[in-house]
Amino acid sequence: MTEMQSSSALPLLKLQGITKSFPGVKALKGVSLELMRGEIHALLGENGAGKSTIIKIIGGIQRQDEGEMVLDGETCHFTSYRDAIARGIGIVFQEFSLVPDLDAVDNIFLGRESRNALGLSRRAAMARQAAGLFERIGVQIDLSVPVGRLSVAEQQFVEIAKALSLDVRILILDEPTAPLTPNEAALLFRVMRQLRVEGIGIIFVSHHLEEIFEICDRITILRDGANVGLTPVASCTMDHLVEMMVGRRIENSFPPKADTAERSVLLTARHLRSRSDAAMSDFDLHAGEILGFAGLVGSGRTETALALIGALPCPGKNVTMHGRDVTLSDPAAALKAGIGLLPENRKTEGLILPFSIRDNISINNLAQYTRRTGLIDRRKEREKTATLMRALQVKAPDDETATVTLSGGNQQKVVIARWLNRRCPILIFDEPTRGIDVGAKAEIYRLMRDLTGEGYAIIMISSELPEIVGMCDRVAVFYRGAISTILEGDALNAEEIMRHATSSGTKPVGPGYAPHHPIGPGAPLHA
Amino acid sequence: MRDSLMALSRRSTAFLPAMGLIVVVIGMMFLNSRFLSLGNLENIGRQVSINAIISVGMTFAILTGGIDLSVGATMALTGTLTAGLLASGVSGVVAIVAGIGAGMVFGLGNGLCIAGLRMPPIIVTLASMSIARGLGLIYTNGYPVTGLPDWFGFLGRGTILGVQTPIVIMALTFVVAYVMLEKMPIGRYIFAIGGNEDAVRLSGIDARRYKVIVYLVSGVTAAIAGILLSSRLMSGQPNAGMGFELDAIAAVVLGGTAISGGRGSIIGTLIGALLLGVLNNGLNLMNISPYVQNVIKGAIILLAIFISRQTRPGAR
Repeated sequence: MTEMQSSSALPLLKLQGITKSFPGVKALKGVSLELMRGEIHALLGENGAGKSTIIKIIGGIQRQDEGEMVLDGETCHFTSYRDAIARGIGIVFQEFSLVPDLDAVDNIFLGRESRNALGLSRRAAMARQAAGLFERIGVQIDLSVPVGRLSVAEQQFVEIAKALSLDVRILILDEPTAPLTPNEAALLFRVMRQLRVEGIGIIFVSHHLEEIFEICDRITILRDGANVGLTPVASCTMDHLVEMMVGRRIENSFPPKADTAERSVLLTARHLRSRSDAAMSDFDLHAGEILGFAGLVGSGRTETALALIGALPCPGKNVTMHGRDVTLSDPAAALKAGIGLLPENRKTEGLILPFSIRDNISINNLAQYTRRTGLIDRRKEREKTATLMRALQVKAPDDETATVTLSGGNQQKVVIARWLNRRCPILIFDEPTRGIDVGAKAEIYRLMRDLTGEGYAIIMISSELPEIVGMCDRVAVFYRGAISTILEGDALNAEEIMRHATSSGTKPVGPGYAPHHPIGPGAPLHA
Repeated sequence: MRDSLMALSRRSTAFLPAMGLIVVVIGMMFLNSRFLSLGNLENIGRQVSINAIISVGMTFAILTGGIDLSVGATMALTGTLTAGLLASGVSGVVAIVAGIGAGMVFGLGNGLCIAGLRMPPIIVTLASMSIARGLGLIYTNGYPVTGLPDWFGFLGRGTILGVQTPIVIMALTFVVAYVMLEKMPIGRYIFAIGGNEDAVRLSGIDARRYKVIVYLVSGVTAAIAGILLSSRLMSGQPNAGMGFELDAIAAVVLGGTAISGGRGSIIGTLIGALLLGVLNNGLNLMNISPYVQNVIKGAIILLAIFISRQTRPGAR
């Protein structure tokens, strides 16, 4: 609080008693939030705690059911995002809203280009203005290339500059550091500090507690759509924060690992490439184990898994199952061989959202219900679906329910049911608990562990270190597109994973704070 | 009232089109006494049958999120090919099989370009439309093919057990399509591909294969329609079927199938085709000029889409 400007004791933004319901869930149950001028305020909470919803309400993208929002002492009702922008609110979402083919200048002034008397856009003036914005936040960006060719961090700065060009008073950064390297994050923090000095109020969403301690003034902690704490950073500890977030000690949510006795090799993968210029990855997968794929976002974990099942081209790969060569030319071949992928984006790649639970579970199982005549036996299909829904405790009125109305946890269970029904012995879970609330997470973990007990082998791709450490029997750590090491036993801990994920693994790296480090192509993170 | 209406339309995409058809039929009854005569109803059935049959293939294509603009031209090509072979004395079976085969070749070509080479359906079928139309003109030199054997007229003008043959063939086509879409795995895949192709592919289903089949079906239904038309006209017309693809799209969309794919039904398409046919017929009976009819038809399509959007899940 010491760095806050005390020119006015009136909060810049005050939310009180905000509630919001979606079909089937009460996302916010009376949330309050207060942001001062020149404050960096952390919004902390597990996935599904309600952070995104509150951000969308502040930004006018969604409307609260109840509760009041006061901006600068004035009650306000935004009817749209435009409306909120006009009142000085800027949001940098995880998914950038930049047009990749346009350069930074065009992106910043998109839709409000300054024009001369002839109606032609005044490029030079806009470019000068843009350069001024970047100078103000102290970063250098190539203004002449399409933003799609900039690094993720640079694109983020373009987003921030765009918000600044709109005279932003409140800047909301939704997990801005997730795709950044430590150096890039340090640069972002420098920009944030600069904006704080200018009196801009910043709401900062992050799962990284270290970052919150480094940069923030106060923390609002949400759990299951309600406030569980508001505390100055100076007067709290990490353990305390974690406890508030989770409501109990996290270790409890992971089921005990199976014993690491003799396990037979189920699959060997050689010469996998996540992209054509990356190094090759080799690994074995044992029956009954969970093999983690850890690494930074963009380190090639998902792409390597996709290359394995043939969803991405990978000439020269060599895969054996049960000691026999298998050709996995496309996902259909992988399915035949017994490998199922549960994609990272349940909504865009996993589920056919408007379709029923039953349709979604049966989609790759129809042969099982098809009679000799070629017709589907609906009764058999419904019975099987009901059995699976019971076994996985999918909470829904019936099997006709459209998956779009389900919560993240239940959606994930539907995708799991699809593969269990196929009895694929190898399952690849890509970010299995993303967007899933804490309770359902524990359920998914237990389910995965139960599956390995039955002999299933699981590859778990995850960006959440505690989950990787808590769940995996062995962990393949990715660095720049390929596996750099495979950890097991005592070496399987968060520090060791992080070390291999952020460097070629030879020497430990520090926190990486380098204020004047230029952002460049040093860390190839994909957008 | 509105709520229960929405619930019904959510359960079945064909509900609203069916209501629309009933309203239009009742309206026509009041406007013109001749409308309900058996002769006139048969007339409508015969007129509708060709558009309805090509709309079957169009439904398949649109359900996957694609489209097939080549159906009208394929009709002309297959119709003239069959007619030409018959006129030159080839046996009936061979001529008809050749006609259907030509439709399959075009369907397969469309499917392979779209699914295999990932070219956009609207461009691929626009190109094949041009190719099919051109081949038909080359084959006939631009002149109608005449001199067909008398028995051939049975398909387009005859009756089976008192029912006009084109209506019987239309009914059979719809039954087969209904079974494929509603009762067999392929139907699920077709809907699912329109719903989320990525998810289908990543679940280990060879989406490409089913997309090829979809265009194959469309080629076959276009060929059936083309042969029927030749039979009704007792000649192979290289310029037949102009703009029929648009009527087929209209029937599919009026029938409640989402143009983006994933939602719809074959029954809806039948209703949509009937709706268009009844409108045409009614407006003719009322002596309304064809020019005005076009305007009315277009307005009705817009109105239908507007209403269906209002009742769609998630609409305000």
